Amino acid sequence: MDHSATCAVDPAVVEAMLPYFSEKFGNPSSLYAIGRQARRAIEDSRQKVADLLGARKEEIIFTGSGTESDNLAIKGIAYKNRKKGDHIITSSIEHHAVLHTCKFLGTQGFNITYLPVNKEGIVNPADVERALTPKTILISVMHANNEIGTIQPIEEIGKIAKEKGIPFHTDAVQTAGKLALNVDSLGVDLLSISAHKIYGPKGVGTLYIRKGTFLEPQLHGGGHERNIRSSTENVPGIVGFARAAELARERLPHEQEIAGLRDSLIKGVLEIKDSYLNGHPTKRLPNNANFRFSFIEGESLLLNLDMKGIAASTGSACSSTSLEPSHVLLAIGLKPEDAHGSLRLTLGLENTQEDVDQVVSILPDIVNKLRMMSPLTR
Amino acid sequence: MTEGYSEKVMEHFASPRNVGEIKDADGIGKVGNPVCGDLMWIYIKVKDNRLEDVKFKTFGCGAAIATSSMITEMAKGKTIEEALKITRNDVAEALDGLPPIKMHCSNLAADGLHAAIKDYLEKSGKK
Repeated sequence: MDHSATCAVDPAVVEAMLPYFSEKFGNPSSLYAIGRQARRAIEDSRQKVADLLGARKEEIIFTGSGTESDNLAIKGIAYKNRKKGDHIITSSIEHHAVLHTCKFLGTQGFNITYLPVNKEGIVNPADVERALTPKTILISVMHANNEIGTIQPIEEIGKIAKEKGIPFHTDAVQTAGKLALNVDSLGVDLLSISAHKIYGPKGVGTLYIRKGTFLEPQLHGGGHERNIRSSTENVPGIVGFARAAELARERLPHEQEIAGLRDSLIKGVLEIKDSYLNGHPTKRLPNNANFRFSFIEGESLLLNLDMKGIAASTGSACSSTSLEPSHVLLAIGLKPEDAHGSLRLTLGLENTQEDVDQVVSILPDIVNKLRMMSPLTR
Repeated sequence: MTEGYSEKVMEHFASPRNVGEIKDADGIGKVGNPVCGDLMWIYIKVKDNRLEDVKFKTFGCGAAIATSSMITEMAKGKTIEEALKITRNDVAEALDGLPPIKMHCSNLAADGLHAAIKDYLEKSGKK
């Protein structure tokens, strides 16, 4: 139950991709037949991904990952507008792809405002408005958080950005395929998504760039992707992304069922004494449940679940390479020792009520075993 | 996720030995910090200069729990002097190694044991 980390590639996606490794191997920049065939495949794919976002085909740029899309959006806008200003507004709970990019720009002479969130992990649009200065050149706030699943008031922030004429970027890597996405109703100028979170292949992402929004390329070379992202196109990856995007649109109604499973999971797990839900009870991704259990540590919780064949994730420092507890959990006001005891379960299409029941039935014993061992247990 | 851990670590983690507290312990060693994610309490019972019983309570990751379990096995039956010679590296080696990142933060068991012995020596007026 760690679908927010990644998903298996859908067999229909693999099927769509396969010919582009072998008989349709052409370089889209070549003018002869197989090159033109590859070019056509990319342009068809561009339309399909645009459809997922309610965007126009010309506004879609293919990249190598969600992280690259975030980097391109933020650095691209920052460097393009350096003469206009040097101030960027973001939130304190962004994915590292945004947060570390902003931190880097902070070392390059840009000023970054990291907005706080409330205890449910939500950015207050009034804070965005208050943070604006005449030098603000970009606002970047994620659509939904990858750890605690909280959905941000993007439409409201979008209105503020539009009113002031400031480019607005959102990282929608977690929401693609989970919520209906429409760049116009969201009011965003830039939006990042990634294929592998929607049952597509790894190594391909998209940056939506609203017509009239200009940014500085971050990869220079042969002028691919309208001179915004040079690199020979990853044709099979792009074709797979497009097929995954089509399937994601078809399956969107199914997310209601996943939300039902999530609610059943949350209800069942919260029966455990001294357990809490991190994030907002309703404004959250349909597939995300994030808990914390007092007195125990997340990695040992994960290992125990793993021994029972259940994959999960934690914000504990002990499972990260940085040895720091999750910045998201600290930003919602948790003490480090509580952040260590977090458990994220994210559901996918394969999960059933039986899976939920299994977790709900084995988790109490695991929590209990670890609490018996813990000197913190009261 | 378990890739970094040896089979021995996983075995001790899955079935830790000597979990719990000793009610009338002769010494207790408390090391680590819950803020960092690892907290270890080691209890010892001493008879005729030997560690007659060793138990632990630990809040922490797989490595923290496995090293706690391992040190209780290594220390039990040893004299105070022998037990003081057990190092962090000895514990890691007995577990067929630990992932490098865990060597510093979670490999606290030897410190916990030494702290418990120090507590015993102070309480019994031997130091």
